[in-house]
Amino acid sequence: MAIELVCPAGSLPALKSAVDHGADCVYVGFKDATNARNFSGLNFDDRAMAEGISHAHRRGAKVLLALNTYPRSDNWTRWTAAVDKAAELGVDAVILADPGLMRYAVRSHPQLRLHLSVQGSATSHEAINFYHEHFGIRRAVLPRVLSLAQVERVIAATPVEIELFGFGGLCVMVEGRCALSAYATGESPNCNGACSPGKYVRWQQTDGGMEARVNGILIDRFADHEHAGYPTLCKGRFAVGGETYYAIEEPTSLNTLELLPQIARMGVAAIKIEGRQRSPAYVAQVTRVWRQAIDRANRDPLDFRPEAAWQRELAKVSEGRSQTLGAYHRPWK
Amino acid sequence: MKLALGPLLYYWPRRRILDFYGEAATAPIDIVYLGETVCSRRHELRLPDWLEIGERLAASGKQVVISSQTLIESESDLKTLRRIVEQSRFKVEANDIAAVRLLSGSEGWVAGPSLNVFNEHTLAMLVELGARRFVAPPEMSGDALSALLTAYGRPLDCEVFAYGRLPLAFSARCFTARHFNLQKDDCAFRCIEFEDGLPLDTREGRPFLTINGIQTQSASIHNLLGDLPALSGSRVGVLRISPQAHHTAAIAALFDDAISGRRDAREAFEACRPLMAGEACNGFWHGRAGIEGAVA
Repeated sequence: MAIELVCPAGSLPALKSAVDHGADCVYVGFKDATNARNFSGLNFDDRAMAEGISHAHRRGAKVLLALNTYPRSDNWTRWTAAVDKAAELGVDAVILADPGLMRYAVRSHPQLRLHLSVQGSATSHEAINFYHEHFGIRRAVLPRVLSLAQVERVIAATPVEIELFGFGGLCVMVEGRCALSAYATGESPNCNGACSPGKYVRWQQTDGGMEARVNGILIDRFADHEHAGYPTLCKGRFAVGGETYYAIEEPTSLNTLELLPQIARMGVAAIKIEGRQRSPAYVAQVTRVWRQAIDRANRDPLDFRPEAAWQRELAKVSEGRSQTLGAYHRPWK
Repeated sequence: MKLALGPLLYYWPRRRILDFYGEAATAPIDIVYLGETVCSRRHELRLPDWLEIGERLAASGKQVVISSQTLIESESDLKTLRRIVEQSRFKVEANDIAAVRLLSGSEGWVAGPSLNVFNEHTLAMLVELGARRFVAPPEMSGDALSALLTAYGRPLDCEVFAYGRLPLAFSARCFTARHFNLQKDDCAFRCIEFEDGLPLDTREGRPFLTINGIQTQSASIHNLLGDLPALSGSRVGVLRISPQAHHTAAIAALFDDAISGRRDAREAFEACRPLMAGEACNGFWHGRAGIEGAVA
């Protein structure tokens, strides 16, 4: 089975860019807290969504809608309305995390294809098979915590398709189980679809360097020669035991291009590119490279080597301008 | 209102753990959660040891629950999980959906704080599968929880994380090992050196987080003692106190005094301050940033 390329689309231009550069699927969200990239200026209103779906379908690409935050009792109907709208608009699948919402989707729209979001924190076949038995999920996106050997064992023990993150920003924490942003700002990926939200970020030039704060908390301080990256809470420099360093993770991007043949052999169904918050130009560049790489790996899996030119292209758009294999490569842990 | 002692989140030497639960046996606590929930590499105690501690606590009248590991990565993690589920002596706290799957159909397990139960539909499903108590996600506000319990509408034992460093995040990576430039697979179990975790400060010296192996906690201590009057009127039935290196029993006694009305809640909170190994916070309960403190 050929690996599908799943690309991010935070806007209609990004969606077109992904589809036109060879994405098999794009994933999108509405303009509210129902999805985990609830950033101002991003995402789709009804009209853009309808146009995006029609653009994708005309070119044979699928549209996956992320409704992957956790509805509370006091805002439940906003999420169910979003599921209804997704079914009405004719998306190819919805990506969900909350079991209650999955049950609603199954009962109200039995024909709707369900994917388990990375926000569902399912890291074992036992967890994934739970969602399969109860809701018939067809695909699960794995949190970025398993080594490749562990991924392979999951695949062997579940009938559910597995989608892996292949490239882009790296969540160091198990998705769905991180409340760092809630702790620092009151807004969380789980409930608000936001991590280290921009409205809490303050930059200030001081004698000690450029300071980046989130809700008043100093996340990092950059010297003139340093690249001042976005102050995502887990990617700042902190003092631990008298030493100041990236105590949790460097500002780095995940790039699994060199693992592609292994990933293909294991039977991974899809590779996901992170970055709905990124520009249409980023989406175009990354989609183009990964399309070529996946085609090459599908055609010639035994002799696949990532081209240096591809890696150069990807390095240009990486967060923090460095790259990692993340947890797929065991020593990272 | 009952008091629960949450699972020990830190890695302490065996003797120390045994002494800690020896003391807990006489503390004013109704429920004790036992077991390793953070890291599968920690081995000072194995499941049979925890069960033995459980027997002693049960003999002192405590209700004992065995907590399951939060992040399941390997087949060996699943094996441990199956052993926990298969022991029938004590109830189990499910901290991952894998545990929920294995517990489905058995009666009386606890839906743990990392299951992300934010609405009555998810809660109803877990109850159908046998859950009889649920621990609210620490990031959930009192108002959101109250809306959930009202919408759910049936009696159910609800527990709230009421005291301790907040468990904020889990990772495949061990940040304690990283601090010592060690790989997780060869970590030398350095986390055993930090009885209350490894403090992480901002570059201007403000305490921010606490590193506890693969878990990241708050630096501040979430403390709902001062919120007790409001909590008593809510449908919350159990308050969880998370073990810390010192004074845990004394802190439980302060909660007990405030619950029973022997002591005013504000006064109990002030008496608690010197026993706390950090600033107090309670923002989550009030629907604000968790780090915010003394919101009433």
